[in-house]
Amino acid sequence: MSIFKKILTAIRGGASEAGEAIIDANSTRIFEQEIRDAENHLTKAKRDLTDVMAKQMATARDVERLKREVAEHEGYATQALEKGNEALALEVAEKIAALEFELADQQTAHDQFSASVVRLKDLIKKSERQVTEYKRQLSMVKTTDSVQKATAAITDNFVSGNSKLLNAKESLERIKAKQQNFDDRMQASEALQAESGDASLEAKLKDAGIGSQQSDASAVLARLKKK
Amino acid sequence: MNIHTIAQYLNDLGDKSNSGYNFDCQPISGEVDVLQVTVEGREELPIFVSVTDDQVLCITYLWGEDEVIEGKRSQMLESMLEMNIPMPLSSFAKVEEKYVVFGALSINSSMSDIEHELLVLSENALDVIDDMSEFLK
Repeated sequence: MSIFKKILTAIRGGASEAGEAIIDANSTRIFEQEIRDAENHLTKAKRDLTDVMAKQMATARDVERLKREVAEHEGYATQALEKGNEALALEVAEKIAALEFELADQQTAHDQFSASVVRLKDLIKKSERQVTEYKRQLSMVKTTDSVQKATAAITDNFVSGNSKLLNAKESLERIKAKQQNFDDRMQASEALQAESGDASLEAKLKDAGIGSQQSDASAVLARLKKK
Repeated sequence: MNIHTIAQYLNDLGDKSNSGYNFDCQPISGEVDVLQVTVEGREELPIFVSVTDDQVLCITYLWGEDEVIEGKRSQMLESMLEMNIPMPLSSFAKVEEKYVVFGALSINSSMSDIEHELLVLSENALDVIDDMSEFLK
């Protein structure tokens, strides 16, 4: 059964028994322990891989060295033969045989290490995928559990606080009304701002002697004298 | 990260919030710590925040099964499914007998990510109730 199905079954089954934990805490702990074990194995496998890779590199170097030595000695043997020194050539040939024996040995070891590296890398990749998958499943289980507990806490809080969650439409209406009220006040304050802005501009214009001026007595007298 | 660090951040935000909204936070104690977050002016639709090992969950309750008009349930569910992807950052869900919108964030999210999430969730909740009110009593 998939983890989704399990959770769904647990939720549906648990709904009838209020207050009962959906997920058995003990099995969650066992699952967590399994994940930790898998992670430990993974760490060990990675260490093993490092060891094997080191050995693989060492044997690769040995194989190279031995191949070089064989080639070198083959050259010596040919030279000895060219000089007619059959005895020396034989001696070199024996050496070459010994080197080739060792080379075959190292080559076998190297091949085995290489195969191990491939196998370990595969194993690690597989284990890593599995640990990730386990963790995802555990997260789902824990989240389900957490949401259930959180819901219980929220419900308790509302019951003890003697307030109830409002009907959705009522809530929306109230929020909209508050928003409307806020908007109205904003608009009113903007209008007020604008008016006082106009008023202050008029005052400034008047101070600067621009626009309609209040007539005063001296101005009237001056006008009359001109007549 | 826990609900207290989130509450601290939101309370300290005050007028410095990028959004211009103020938050009010109230922890609810229980087996799991829950933070009740309300956006100023929207106290009727609180957001409940809880933190698990790998995620931060923000949930707003929309309406109960009992508020759905009889005979319109499947039409409502269909509409909710259709709206699920277009609705930014939030998704629909059902907790016990209540429909909810929720957002889940990585535990490594920044505080401003969480602030953004809460605001979008609040907007979504309002829009959803508005749009779905034809199915509700």
